Order: sequence, then structure tokens, then C-alpha cells
Amino acid sequence: MSARPGFVLEVDRSTPPTLFWRGERFTLEKLPEGSRVIYAPEPHEPLDDPLAAIRHALANPLGDSEPLSALLFPGMKLTIAFDDISLPLPPMERPDIRQMVIEQVLDLAAEAGVDDVELVVALALHRRMTEPELRHAIGDRVYDAFAPNGLLTQHDAEDRDNLLHLGQTDEGEDVEINKRAATSDLLVYVNINLVAMDGGHKSVATGLSSYKSLRHHHNPETMRKSKSFMDQHRSELHSANWRMGRLIRDAGIKVFQIETTLNTDTFPDAFSYLQKREWEWKAKDRIGFLGAKAALDRMPARYARRLFHSVKAPHRMTSVQAGEVEAVHKVTTENVWAQQGVVVEGQTDILTLGLPYISPYNVNSILNPILVACLGLGYFFNLYRNKPLVREGGVLIMTHPTPWEFNPVHHPSYIDFFEQVLSETTDPSEVASRFEEGFATDPWYIHLYRTGHAYHGVHPFYMWYWCAHALQHLGAVIIVGGDPKSVHRLGFRSATTLADALEMARDVVGSSPTLTHLHAPPILMADVQ
Amino acid sequence: MKALILERNLPRFAASRVASIFGSGRGAGLGPLQLLDAETPELPGDEWHTLTPLLSGICGSDLATIDGRTSRYFEDLVSFPFVPGHEVVGVLADGGTDHAGRVLAPGTRAVIEPVLGCAPRHIAPLCPSCSQGATGLCGNTAFGALEPGLQTGYCADTGGGWSEAGLVAHASQLHAIPETFSDEDGVIVEPVACATHAVLSAGIRAGDVVAVVGAGTLGLASIAAITTLIRPVAPCTIVAGAKHPHQRQLADDLGADHVVAPDQLARAVRRQAASLVLGGRLTAGADVVIDCVGSAASITEALGLVRPRGTVVLVGMPGVVSVDLAPLWHREVRLVGAYAYGAENAPGHDSPASALSPERRSFELAIDLVAQAGLGRLVSARYPLERYEEALVHAGAAGRRGAVKVAFDLTTVKGRTR
Repeated sequence: MSARPGFVLEVDRSTPPTLFWRGERFTLEKLPEGSRVIYAPEPHEPLDDPLAAIRHALANPLGDSEPLSALLFPGMKLTIAFDDISLPLPPMERPDIRQMVIEQVLDLAAEAGVDDVELVVALALHRRMTEPELRHAIGDRVYDAFAPNGLLTQHDAEDRDNLLHLGQTDEGEDVEINKRAATSDLLVYVNINLVAMDGGHKSVATGLSSYKSLRHHHNPETMRKSKSFMDQHRSELHSANWRMGRLIRDAGIKVFQIETTLNTDTFPDAFSYLQKREWEWKAKDRIGFLGAKAALDRMPARYARRLFHSVKAPHRMTSVQAGEVEAVHKVTTENVWAQQGVVVEGQTDILTLGLPYISPYNVNSILNPILVACLGLGYFFNLYRNKPLVREGGVLIMTHPTPWEFNPVHHPSYIDFFEQVLSETTDPSEVASRFEEGFATDPWYIHLYRTGHAYHGVHPFYMWYWCAHALQHLGAVIIVGGDPKSVHRLGFRSATTLADALEMARDVVGSSPTLTHLHAPPILMADVQ
Repeated sequence: MKALILERNLPRFAASRVASIFGSGRGAGLGPLQLLDAETPELPGDEWHTLTPLLSGICGSDLATIDGRTSRYFEDLVSFPFVPGHEVVGVLADGGTDHAGRVLAPGTRAVIEPVLGCAPRHIAPLCPSCSQGATGLCGNTAFGALEPGLQTGYCADTGGGWSEAGLVAHASQLHAIPETFSDEDGVIVEPVACATHAVLSAGIRAGDVVAVVGAGTLGLASIAAITTLIRPVAPCTIVAGAKHPHQRQLADDLGADHVVAPDQLARAVRRQAASLVLGGRLTAGADVVIDCVGSAASITEALGLVRPRGTVVLVGMPGVVSVDLAPLWHREVRLVGAYAYGAENAPGHDSPASALSPERRSFELAIDLVAQAGLGRLVSARYPLERYEEALVHAGAAGRRGAVKVAFDLTTVKGRTR
């Protein structure tokens, strides 16, 4: 039986309450009659034989690329870069896609007699991965073969000796990337394309670059011109990356792009009700939900967090394509949309979101208030094509506890950003002009980024810029059940219940608003007509 | 006439100390302070005048005394019984002369510079400190014509501000206040003078990062002093730690560049100084830390915030504290006391203080500063003497209760004229 497509439910009297995530907890909420609930398409059938599919993709590249085996030769310098801990979400059950792909690339390299091979984690300004995280991503065999010999490195955007400035685009954008990658005879990039934003020229131009490059597109103006950044053709973020990617190509750097897509099978059996439509819940689902809810409600947040971060997603590979960057990415994007796209008729006055415990930047960590804002206004708000789900001047309501809590190891500059920057202004442009450079060049943050597991000092700024489009578009943002102090620091409004939030929203959008709930995760993308 | 009189009574001091465990000022009813009938003190000499208090503030050092927490260092520097109250604005019913020899008409409102140095003690020649105007450093505060007492409010002969009967002040102690001043403006002059003296002795230079620990009266006044007196000639960055919302608002209003919660102060200073962190301490840090608390915790914090060869200025009155001085030694930090007031001389040609007249006293600067920054607003509550227990509890919990300075209000005393 083929997977059912996404679905837009109109709430009526008989509709059961709708599941809302609240971080590490969840509740059932009764939505007003006439509200719409958007459900993700059911998981597509995964590839029967992913290893065979990978082999096929490497041998039958897209675009003007030769097969990978033809690009490998003895004495060459080969670099394999791959996505970091931010993908996929949640982390997938073993074997991770990266492991499957990299092992095959390495097999081909070995067959071709390539000796000089290095693996590079494409961190950009993200935190360095831990050994267990790396072992999970690339497998023990690859890890043990490369890491002890120093052949598995994590891109260091502050290592001036290992960056190469390739020039400037026509728009004056600096392109500076990892020197090992730039000076290799072949750079293979292994992607996990969780959403349409991932991959393409962004892989190398962002993942292996430095602050000097990133600042050209990770800024409020670019984000406001990316409507949305899930839609490559209307995304200034992508335009900038494409300009940079083409400069990288024109500089003679040979990139062999490998992109993979996943189905929306997000939660293991024990939590399968989280990705079902509520009216289709069976007794087992209801019991599972009630049991989990009761346990989670009584569990200290840190234990609930630990529990959820131990969950590995069963999502499986639905496609793999390799070859020339743009040709590959075109097919990948189509595949992502085929799995995640839902046609939605018209915008809404109020958009509701239940924010889960995880975002790309808090795997095995805390979803701090800045990441809460970014997850809601940066990611979920931008899960659209054509028009935002919520109309201009509309209201975004999110449910999340939003504790004033940070992981000091992973997010040290976030703490200062929250305490010292957002206390003065929440305007992304002002934030950028007054504070960005100081954080980006702060020696302590640089030290922690390079030697610990900290996101770069400038990273919280990027999270805030991610929200810029939504902040400009929305009439109000309300967080239900959040720590009022944190919520107010973010510049949002705080409500105790969803009913209170709806009442507050009516002050902004009128007394008879339309309401749409984005039932995610699983991830879906709204094609708003 | 009533006055609050503090007598040497060890059992009562002990009771007060125990009660203060539950909060500063809570031992007032059990302690050595009592509301008794009192007479106006006799004038000790020709240059003395009677000042009738209008408002008299409750200082942290007063609370420490009443709580029995004061260092034994001060035992020989006070004489019992005494009427507390050294933050005083009052009226000279019979007129007088001020510190500069100017004649003050009857009814003039004045504040007192409470230090009882050589001049009030009729000691001649003046000691080296007094001869330089540094009366706060006078070595004769237990000698001469008066009973021991480092200040009015700690001396058995002079009376103090917490009295309806009035106090006596030597001409050298008197500073008339402008007509435009409210009584609140007047009573805040003394702590503002302390803050002024402290920040002018801190050696703040252009480009410095200055951290202010504590945002009570002294902390807020220090911020105002830096903003008004120093920053125009030596632009610097002020980072203040303030616990309570009203303190944060005032610190912000008075010109602090960054106002954060106390637990955020180290991070805020680290950001400004672009410092690394080692063992919970900053490797660089603030050039100057103004400690307006004076506790072991605040001194420890200050030593963790200051840069190597930086300066920590103790403005808040410390007692016996246990502090690890290894960072002070290792990083060659200057730990400087800042007591009271004096003549604010320019210490060097490149000092911001060079913009000031070397002859101006802290009190004169403070009077200007109060006017410029509107510091009378720091007075949050006024109590009649009869409600002294309540007043002291309020003062002991000022921050928590949304207050800054709590004062005794003597303007409503029957027969009082201004």
C-alpha cells in the first residue's frame, strides 16, 4: 500500500484533541471548530537495498560528472566531507546514512589505489562532535581507520593556516573554505538532506567555510529576503551560496556531491502515536500516550531530556543521487518535496506550533530560549513554499516551556547573547550592527569553539537572524506555557493556556480568526496556494 | 524631644546579633538602640552650631552597628552612648558659618560632613592628613576636645541625626545646600560624597572597563559619579551587577552601560574585556572594580573580575572576612580602601581628576552631582523616629522591598521650623 499524502484536516465537533509538543512533554489541545490541522505525508517506502542504490548513484552520476570510480586515481588527494550532528533529526538508528555512503566511497578509493584520504566533518561554526557521535555517524570501522591517524578532522573555521581564500563573488562576497578540501584533487561531500534547505552549493560554501564567508549570507537582510529558505528559488540565502558554489567550481575545485533523502518515519514504535493522526489512534496508541505523558509530567526535565535524546529515529533512505552539485540537488529537492510537501489552500490568521525537544543545534543538549525562538520562527515558520502559512500581521502561537536554561559547554555565547544582547534589543539589524563582531571575534568563544564542544561565538546571532523574516512578517508571537521571564526577554508574549493565547491573538488579528496548526514533527512543508 | 540612643550593652548587642540572622535590622527592638528623651548637646566651642535634623538616612554601617556585626577595629573609635545618624540634612535655626568661613543665615539648610578630624577636635597643628584636606584619614579621631568618635553619629559629644533634639556641628563640617534642593537631595549628599571619593581615587582611565559590584545607595551613587565626573574626560565602560529590578532600572538610568543580574556580572565583564576564563576567574577582566558590598563574597568576586594589576576599590564597609588572596598576590591586584571623603586633588596630569579643582571637597562635588543626576530619588521611604524598628527592618531589606535609601523623617516634629 502506498503512503498516504499529507492532509489538511478541518476541525469539527467530532475531531479529537490535537497533540501539541511542549519540549520534552506533550499535551492534547482542543482546537476551535473550523481550525485546520496540517499532517505530514506518511513515510514513503524506503529503498529496498540502500547499499545497492548508493553504488548505483556513484556509478551513474547526474549532470556532467564522471562516475566516482573514474575520478579516483593513485597518488591523488581525496577529501570526504560530511554533514555534522545537526542532521538528521532525531539522529537515525544505525547504520547512519553517512556511514553507508562513506564506506562505499572508501571502497572505491581503495580499489583505485588512493592513499591520501581524509575525512572532514563539515561543521561550519557548529560545535565539534564527540567521539560517540562520530562513531554513530560514520561507524566504528571508518572511525578506527581514520581518527587515530589524524585523518578524521573537524573543520575549524578559526584555523587560519587551514583556510584558503578563493576570491570574491560578483557581489563582493568572500569565499574562504577549508584548505585541505580546496587543495584536494577531489572533494566528495556526503549530505543528509532532511529538508529542502540542505545540500546543493550550501554544503561546501557553508559547511566548510569561515565567518569571513558566512557573514555575507548569514545576516538579517539575507534572511528577510529568503521567502522561504526552504524554497531555493526565492531564497537569497541560496542565491548567495550558489554564487559562492560556482566560484568554488570555477576555482577548479572538483566537488562530487552525494545527496540522500529520508522518509518521515521519525519515531520508534514506542512513540509511534506521535506521528499518527489522532483520530486514527488505536487503544495501544492511547495507552502509550497516556502512560508516556504521565511519566514525563512527573519526570524532572533533565531526565526527560536525556530520555528523548536517546531516541534514535527509524527514518530510512528514500533516495540517493550523486554527481554534479546542481543536477544532484535538483533531484534531491524534488524528492524532499515529494515526501514532505502538503498543499494548503490559503493563509491563516493564527498559526499554532507545538515545539518539540530538538532542533539542529541542540542534539544531546538543551533547547535554550534562543533555540526555541529559532525552531519556531526560523525553522517551522519557514516550512513553506509560495506564501507563509500565516498571513502578514498574523500571530504565531508556540507551546514550549522555554526555560531560562543553557548548556554552558555547547552554548556559552548563547548565554551572553541572551543576557546581554537581547536585554538591550531584539531587533535583528541592531543586534547585528552593535554586537555581532564583538561576539564573532571574542577570543574566549573562539577558544571554546576550537578546543571544546562549543558553538562559535557568533552562532546565537545566526539563530536570531533565522527569525528575522518571521519577526518582520508577524503581528505577534505568543509562547504558551513558557517561563515568562525567558519569553519576555525574547520579546514575545507569554500565555498560560492555549485558550488564553487565542484570546490574546484575537486582539491582534480580530475576533473571528482563522487558525491553522502545523502538526510537526514529522517534518512537512506547506505549499501554500 | 526624643532620640535614638545607642548604649554599650553587651547582652543587648548579643541579642541583636542573633536576631539579625533573620535579617539585618531585625534586632532593633532587642538591641542596644533605644528611643529615649534627649537634650540638645552642648556646643563644644565657639565655632560650633546647632543643626536640627530634617532627614537622616540609615546607612549600611549603622545597620552593621545595630546588628552587632561591626568589626572590633572600631571599638576605640566610638564613644557611648551616642546618637547614630551621620547622613543628615538639617536646618541651622541660629545660622552659623560653613567649612569655608561663609556666614550662613538663620534657617539655612545644611548637610554635615560628619568626620570628626582635627579641626572639630580643636587640635592644632592639624595632623598631616587633615592639613591636606584628607580628613577621613585623620589620626586624631579619638583625641582632643571631643570624646572618641570617627564621625558625628558615633560620638557621645556631638549627637547624631536620629534625634529630634538636634546635633552640634563644627563649622568645618557644614555645607549649605542649594535652595532648589529637596530634603531628599540633601540627605543623599553624604553617601554620594563617599561614592565620589571612591571613584575619584580609583584611577579610572579612558577606555577602562569598570565593574560595580552592588547596586544599593553606594553602588548607584558610584555609577552616577563615574558617569558625571569621570566619563566626560575619560570615556569608560561601566558594567554593573544589580539584583533587583528597581536597582537595574536606576543603574541604567544613571548611565551604566551594561546592567546585569549579579550572577551574570562575571560573564558581562568577560565580554567587555574579551577575556579568557581559567578556573572560574577571568584572565583579563575589568580595569577597576568598585566593591560596594564589602563582604567576603563580594571581595572574592571582585578579585575574580579584575584584570592583572587592576584595582579593586572597597567602598562598602567590610568587617572580618575570609578571602583567598592568592589571586591578589599572583595577579598583582591593588586592593584599595575608600573611606569617607576629603579634598579631591588631581593625582596626575593624565588623570581624569585633573579636570577638577584640586581644592574641591568631596562634599562640594557631591552636592553638584546630586543636582545633576537627581539623586534625591534614591530616597525611597521616610519613617518617624517612633517607628524605628520598622524603619531599620525596611532598610535592612531595602533592595528586596524595592527601596534604596530609607531615612528618618524629622520634619513633622512638633514645633519644628525650617
